[in-house]
Amino acid sequence: MGSDPLLTGHITWMVVLIVVIKVVVAFIALMVSVLLAIWIERKVISDMQNRIGPNRAGPFGILQSLADGIKLFFKEDLVPERSDKFIFKLAPYLSVIPAFITFTLVPVGGIVDIFGHRTELQVADPPIGILLLLAMSSISVYGVMLAGWSSGSKYPLIGSVRASAQMISYEAAMGLSIASVVLLTGSLSTRNMVTQQLGTFFGFIPHWNIIRLGVIPFLVFIVAITAEVNRPPFDLVEAEQELVGGFHTEYSSIRFALFYLAEYMNTITMSAIMVTMFFGGPDGPDPQFLHWLWPVIWFIVKTAIFFFIYVWFRAALPRLRYDQLMDLGWKVLIPVMLVWLLVVAAMRVSRPLGFGMVGLGIVGGLLLYRAIAVGRERSASRELARPSRAKLEPPQDRREDRGDS
Amino acid sequence: MIVASVISVPQLIVFIVSVVIIAIGGVGLLTARYPVHAALFLVMTLFGVAILFIEEGAEFLAAVQVVVYAGAVVVLFLFVIMLLGVDREEIASFAGDTVRVGLAGVGVVLILAELFVVATGAWATGAHSVAGKLSSGSNIGVLARSVFTTYLLPFELTAALLVIAVVGAVILSRRMGVETTTLDSSPIESGRREVEQ
Repeated sequence: MGSDPLLTGHITWMVVLIVVIKVVVAFIALMVSVLLAIWIERKVISDMQNRIGPNRAGPFGILQSLADGIKLFFKEDLVPERSDKFIFKLAPYLSVIPAFITFTLVPVGGIVDIFGHRTELQVADPPIGILLLLAMSSISVYGVMLAGWSSGSKYPLIGSVRASAQMISYEAAMGLSIASVVLLTGSLSTRNMVTQQLGTFFGFIPHWNIIRLGVIPFLVFIVAITAEVNRPPFDLVEAEQELVGGFHTEYSSIRFALFYLAEYMNTITMSAIMVTMFFGGPDGPDPQFLHWLWPVIWFIVKTAIFFFIYVWFRAALPRLRYDQLMDLGWKVLIPVMLVWLLVVAAMRVSRPLGFGMVGLGIVGGLLLYRAIAVGRERSASRELARPSRAKLEPPQDRREDRGDS
Repeated sequence: MIVASVISVPQLIVFIVSVVIIAIGGVGLLTARYPVHAALFLVMTLFGVAILFIEEGAEFLAAVQVVVYAGAVVVLFLFVIMLLGVDREEIASFAGDTVRVGLAGVGVVLILAELFVVATGAWATGAHSVAGKLSSGSNIGVLARSVFTTYLLPFELTAALLVIAVVGAVILSRRMGVETTTLDSSPIESGRREVEQ
């Protein structure tokens, strides 16, 4: 299974033990980083909003999320009477487990020796690699969807229907942007993605996918991923002003904690996936001592930067309206990424063809934009020509009148 | 035992586990009282099949199985079930309808007979197994090569068919939307006029 040197030879008990250790260590590391991430998020947002934030539990309030976790664990666990009991209990796990499985794909460091066995510093390196990310993100839709449905209450249902529509819409843009990385790498394996990005241009510009692909796939990916994990500004799923608490309104105690955990696990995992796909993963300057440690440090630093960007998003950006969300996904991200995928494919063949494709994309986009604008004008004037219809249905439907943003 | 000599113990365990998952999913799908539960049992079956694909070395098929069937098709089922509000107990059943039960029985017998023939008769297919492990190269590479060379025309035709289906669906749904808004808004408008008068 995969290209991990650990699993190529004869499988002994020692090998099984190493795999188990890797899984446990990854799980604990993710848990601890979730605790820290929640604290960092609350502190940073407090700073940005001119507040102090948690400062009671431990130095700088660093134990706050631990205290919250203990509190949630001991709270009364409610199951609403009109809920579907089994699915209500199942849904939180369907959110948490995909979040962890996605993290197992991420290459955390280089190749090291443990107990005399050479192995890659990542839990799993399956040949389908990044496809597992797509599979797991489509499974995590179930968690949100079933949680909302099984609560037997209106607001959660609305929240979950929004969530599933949103997650399915943005999965397409995410898939296309992953496809451009796969096209450049020539492999689905995350380890190959990282090794492909080693080295530099002209000795100082890193040879990372963000530069090799142009910046566009990365931008599409970060927007699509933010929508995919329901982080602000795409948190319509739990828009508290409209939906009480969204899909987890009826959840309390440890089950609510699981959803909360899943959200932060997803955020950290997606930061890590972004680092892997576009920023060289554990790649970075390597002083000659402690050879195995430096890649891990670079990886953690890069992931932390992306997590900070997510927090920044939350503090800085207002929530999108639902139609803006759908327009952004279907009318901006997917067309842009489709054209850019053609450009990347053409660049792989030859440079002139690639630039030709860029020109073709721009011309095609302008033509399409003009065609849509003409069509809109025609239908608007037709609406005006028919007085009865125009009175019944004003042509400036909120979804119809925008065309540029 | 013959089985033990052909496949190793871990493979056998994986096979048994996944078959149990598939069987529970299948039986549950038929016996579930609520449509949502039935859809979830379907997901379970699809997962079992994905595990079998991985065991056979067809990882790509397993991933596609999960992404497309579990991730898109069944989510769509659930979406329709939730939006249409048919998530109540299903009472329609054809127990007691002798003709339908009989037809279903004939279907089951035919499938079992075909499985028997495929499993035992080398004379029917010319080979002892219709499926086999891929001999060379990664299985994604082999698949891509055959899709983009040998089967390029069917592949492109399928793509065209899907695009036509999507465009058709968009046109149909938009036309329906216009009609319903006109129908809905006219009585409201006339009512409002009456109030104004």
